[in-house]
Formats: sequence, C-alpha cells, structure tokens
Amino acid sequence: MADIALQPRTARRPIREASRWDLIKANRNYLGFWFMLPAMVFLVLFLAYPLGLGIWISFTDARIGRPGAFVGLENYEWLWGDSIFWLSVFNTLLYTSVASVIKFAIGLYLALLLNENMPFKAMLRALVLIPFIVPTVLSALAFWWIFDSQFSIISWSLKQMGLITDNINFLGDVTWARICVIFANIWRGVPFVAITLLAGLQTVSPSLYEAATLDGATSWQRFRFITYPLLTPIIAVVMTFSVLFTFTDFQLIWAMTRGGPVNATHLMATLSYQRAIIGGVLGEGAAISNAMIPFLLAAIMVSWFGLQRRKWQQGENND
Amino acid sequence: MTDLPTQRLDLKGVLSGSARTAAADDHTVGMSYLESLPRRLVTLYLPLGIIVVVLLFPFYWMALTAIKPDEQLLDLNTYNPFWTWNPTFKHIHKLLFGSYYPLWLWNTMYVAVCSTVLSIFASVLAAYAIVRLRYRGAQWVGGLIFLSYLVPPSILFIPLATVVFQYGLFDTPFALILTYPTILIPFSTWLLMGYFKTIPFELEECALIDGASRWQILTKIVLPLAIPGLISAFIFCFTLCWNEFIYALTFLTSVQNKTVPVAIVNEFVDGDVYRWGSLMAGALAGSLPLVILYAFFVEHYVSAMTGAVKE
Repeated sequence: MADIALQPRTARRPIREASRWDLIKANRNYLGFWFMLPAMVFLVLFLAYPLGLGIWISFTDARIGRPGAFVGLENYEWLWGDSIFWLSVFNTLLYTSVASVIKFAIGLYLALLLNENMPFKAMLRALVLIPFIVPTVLSALAFWWIFDSQFSIISWSLKQMGLITDNINFLGDVTWARICVIFANIWRGVPFVAITLLAGLQTVSPSLYEAATLDGATSWQRFRFITYPLLTPIIAVVMTFSVLFTFTDFQLIWAMTRGGPVNATHLMATLSYQRAIIGGVLGEGAAISNAMIPFLLAAIMVSWFGLQRRKWQQGENND
Repeated sequence: MTDLPTQRLDLKGVLSGSARTAAADDHTVGMSYLESLPRRLVTLYLPLGIIVVVLLFPFYWMALTAIKPDEQLLDLNTYNPFWTWNPTFKHIHKLLFGSYYPLWLWNTMYVAVCSTVLSIFASVLAAYAIVRLRYRGAQWVGGLIFLSYLVPPSILFIPLATVVFQYGLFDTPFALILTYPTILIPFSTWLLMGYFKTIPFELEECALIDGASRWQILTKIVLPLAIPGLISAFIFCFTLCWNEFIYALTFLTSVQNKTVPVAIVNEFVDGDVYRWGSLMAGALAGSLPLVILYAFFVEHYVSAMTGAVKE
C-alpha cells in the first residue's frame, strides 16, 4: 500500500511551460465571463431588453397584433388629459402611503412584542409569517368573501352586536373599497416587516437597555434613543422594499375589485393591464406603466442612501 | 452611537428564539423580573393575541367555508356562521374531480420547479463569479443585479408579452419558465453572494494550490458549505413562483395551461351564488403545499427573507 501513496499521479506528468491556453483558462475575466453567462442571458433577454422595449412601445400606437408606428409623446399627452389616469395615480399614492405607514407602525410594534420572552415564542413567530407565504391572490379571494356585500361575516358580527342595521357594502362603496384593499395589503405586509425588523432587534444588546434603565430612562426613551437609532438602517431597507412592492401592486386589487367601483381602486398597474391587455392598446398601457418609473427611481435612491448609511454604521470591514 | 458593535443578524435565532446573540447569553434573567404578570397581560399578550387572530382569521374562514354545506354558507341566521357540525367534502370533491384543478396544480408545480432550478443554477455561477472570481467590473455587476431585483413585473409585463409572442412561446409553460428567472435570479444571486462571502478564502487557496479548477472548487468545496443558503434560495424562489400572478395572467390563455392563482380567479369566479365553497376550497388547496413546505423549512425561509435585506 505504501508505495502507491508515494507515487502520486501528477508526478508522472512532465512539467511543461504554461501555454497561452493555460493562462487564458486561469484568467479571472475569461472565467468570469463564462460564469456570468447564464444569468446574463436571462437578464438581458427578459429584463433589460423588455425594459427598453417598453419605453419604445410607449412612443408608438401599437395594439395587440399590430406593431404600431412612432407617434412621439402622443400617448403621454393623451394621459396628461385623462382623468382616470390621474385618479389611478392618486389611488396609487394613497394606497402606498397609507398602507406603508400602517404596515411600518404595526410591523414594528409586532416585532417589539415578539422580541419579548414568552411561552410558545417560536411557534408564534412561525404562525405570524403565514400570511406572507400564502399566494396573495388566494388570500385576496378569502378577503373578497369576507368583504362580500351580502354574506360578509363582518357585517353579520356588527349586526349581532347591534352596531349597524344594514349590511355594509364593503367593495361596492368608494371609501369602503379603498379601506378594504388597503386593509388586505396591510394584512399581507405586516409579517414581512415584523419578521425582518425582529431580526434587526435581536442584534441589539440587552445591556444597553439595562444601562439606560439604571440611568432612569422610561420605556419610551429606551425605544427612542436605543432601539430606533440602532434599527434605522434596516428600517430604511425594509420600508423601501415595502413601498416598492406596494406601489407596483397588481394581484391583490385584481383579485378583489378589478379596479372598481367606478375606478376608485384602480392602481397604475391595474389600469395599465386593463388598457393594454384587455383594451388592446399596448402603447397607452406601456405609457401608464412607464409613468411608475420616476416614483420607483425615487424609492431606489432612498434605498441606496439607506444602504450607504448602514455600511457606514457597521464599519463594513467584512468583505 | 455609531461605534457600538453591531452583530451580524442572527438569522436562525429569529425563529427558534433559543439561539440568542452572544451578547444576550450572559443575561439570562435580564430585566424581565421588573414586569409583573397583570402588566404583561395587558401590554404583551392581549395585543399580540389580537394581531395573531386577525392575521390567521382569513385562513380559518377559508378552511371553514371550504367544508361548509351550501345552505349554511348563505344562511347566517339559522346556523352559527363561525362553526359547522356537519362538514361536507362536496366542494373539495368538485374541485378535484369536476374541474381541471389537479392539472392546474401540476402546471404550477412544473413551472415553479423548472424556473427555480434554472435560476438557482444561473445564480450560483453568477454569485460565485462576483464574490470570488472578482473579474473586472464585478462590483458594478453586483450593483446592477441588485437594481434589477427592484424592477417590478408590473412595468415589464406589456413588453414581455410582445417578446414572448415574438419568440413563439405565448400560451406555453415555457413563457413562464423562462420569464420567472428574471424575478428569481437577482434575488437568489444576492442571497447566495452573502453566503459565499462567509466561506473562508483559505479553503479555496488550498484547493487552487492542489491543482483544482474553479469548477471543482465550486462543486466540491463552496456548494457543500453553502447548502443552507441553497435551500433558502430554493424555497424562497419556489414560493415566489407560486405567488406570481401578472405574467401568468398575461401570457397564458387556454384553460389547461393556467397556473393555480390565475385559474382560480378566472375560471371559478362566475355569477353562481354557490361558488364560494369551491372557490375557498381551491384557495385552500393552492395554499397548502406552500404552508407545508414552510412548516418544514421555517428557519431557511426566514433567513432567505432577512438575507435579502441584510446585505
């Protein structure tokens, strides 16, 4: 056995000069190119190219089945005078701002509660995340049924309690419909905010709170001067994601109201789907969805500065 | 405040609760003795209870509706709506044997598995190249991939529909299998980059000296060490695919090709007043696979979710 081990396989191979091919094979840039290729093919073919194509389509009068000719800014000019488009912009901003603020408030509160020591802690944390796991459309359907105009369980309960006499027309009334979709969005978003903030909370050392308590800090002061500053970086990132995904939401609205009643819950995404795919006017639909880009860029800038600040706070030495 | 040592996020501890961060280990009692039980009842258990009930009620309602007989569904006054004593499997039976539901489930599964596998393959290579090969411009490519994660499907679906049509993929599963990776690759690349960074350089240097190629290093050293990251990425991608709606709604038209979310919204929603039972049964059956998967991999799931935010 011993003499086999003494003769490694490579020893028999004569040592030769490194050929040009060997050098290329070990070159970082050459290897990097091949390693990046699959991901780049996908991202260029199905992300970068459509992104550019979308901007081009918005400058044409394309319809489904017809390529369309260049019409300049006509689609945008038309949208500028379209009251339904402006209503959808208003709805989107309302939906995003109200839902994000409440999601943040409840999410942070829930994270603080879950961070306490209590029995069944692990199980509770796992349960809380379930709304985030279940496909949005399917839970939106459950909400659709909960908010049904005749058989709503909420109307029934309120009637039993004697608070109302008639069923509330949840998804048929303009204000109620907005409240309902915002509620459903909050319901789905809170677990994400809570669990990610909880991960951030667990990195805060308890000794800070003990020291502050000895110095006579109230629980509000402990939150304001210890928890909040240490959480700021992660809050910035989580909220950017939350705002971004709320702003471009489509499926929740589509499953619950399809933009109704009288366009009161049309977001920009649902309106562009309705105009482009159902109405067949691709150019106009593309213009509506491109109108979201400036808002998204603003959100991305916030995210960028949030990340920068986080790096600076951590000292960022772990490559 | 800025010079405080902030530990890296303790991902596993988020759910288990047992593995607290190092700083917490030597404070077993902490300040909890300051809180009395009645106080905790009002400030902790009550609000927590309300939130958890609100978060879980729709699922209870979904499940209850799925097994209630029709007459009880619509008659709220004779029967107590919050419970039923004579459950029926009529709706579930109708779902499984009277509709294309099994086929839709299969479509969803097929699309989700294929696109997840494709994306994980592409992102493992990309993440390794960005983190460890560090070719010229790798930093920039990493940043671009993060940016592409922020491009939402709702601004891409119109041009993608024309692209899919041009490539002749319209109304085939391939339309989804090839477009979902644009959502999944940025996310999983970003996640895997985080995992690969934690693997020590020395291991790779040793392997290089022993004459291993980059491919061998990746498959024999890096990947076995990054298995938790791979599982996280896989599960999260799978969930994202299952959840995806707008592409599936736009690119698929024939009933047999649809995925569960789209099919339920389009095929089950008719004027029938008795539709609720089978609709909720469909929603329940569509959610269960993910919930079961989640139950087995809670920790990986959370680490995927927080990992995307962490970097």
